[in-house]
Amino acid sequence: MNFGFPMRLQYMISGGDFNNAGAAASSLKKILKQLSIDSELVRKIVVALYEAEVNVVAHAYSGLINIELDHEKILIVIQDEGPGIPDIDKAMEAGFSTASEEVRSMGFGAGMGLPNIKKNTSTLSVESEVGKGTKLEMIIYLNT
Amino acid sequence: MNLAEIIKSLNLKIISGKLNPETKIKGVYVSDLLSDVMGNAKAGDLWITLQSHKNIIAVAELKDICAILIINGGQPDEETIKKSREDDILLLGTDESAFSMAGRIYELFKKHELL
Repeated sequence: MNFGFPMRLQYMISGGDFNNAGAAASSLKKILKQLSIDSELVRKIVVALYEAEVNVVAHAYSGLINIELDHEKILIVIQDEGPGIPDIDKAMEAGFSTASEEVRSMGFGAGMGLPNIKKNTSTLSVESEVGKGTKLEMIIYLNT
Repeated sequence: MNLAEIIKSLNLKIISGKLNPETKIKGVYVSDLLSDVMGNAKAGDLWITLQSHKNIIAVAELKDICAILIINGGQPDEETIKKSREDDILLLGTDESAFSMAGRIYELFKKHELL
């Protein structure tokens, strides 16, 4: 496969579709492996993307992922249409979750999603409007 | 530690996937919270959990976990088994508890001076 830089990828997420949660992260992982990016770095990138995907599936109605990869960094933007986050600082706290009991029983909603994203990214910004949706922008530098 | 030896001495059931006799596990992670596994399990770990739904396969695949051991007689559905084959994740099962499995694997690691 040939890749041109910057490389752009786009994925869609359906709210509530737990069956396909993680599909974008799996697809991105295959691409990053083909590009011979260090596997430890690949795992960090896909953990961050997976958690963001699960957040959209668990809380929002739909979402769009835009990825831009160049030689020095990967930029991932996840924009969803959903209820939004009233208190972002609270949402960033480890252990805080608004997930339903059903979602929790599957092992999601432990309040570790956003902290995991933060831990695995170089920069993370979260913007949200209640009643409209949430936008996550994360950057991971490839030569750390 | 050789995974085949663990499967044999603990009498684990292979639910799906093919066991490569050369496969080695580097460690074990026990958790039923997917984000905990995402955050804290390591590549090459064996993952012990009671979760048996399809999402465990994606988690294992993304984290390069070599096999999942489902405890308490949990039965994954057809879709989960199908995805485990597609993603080449070995699914193991036991009727025993996480405590018993982790303890016995810990003893095996000690016996092989890996701890």
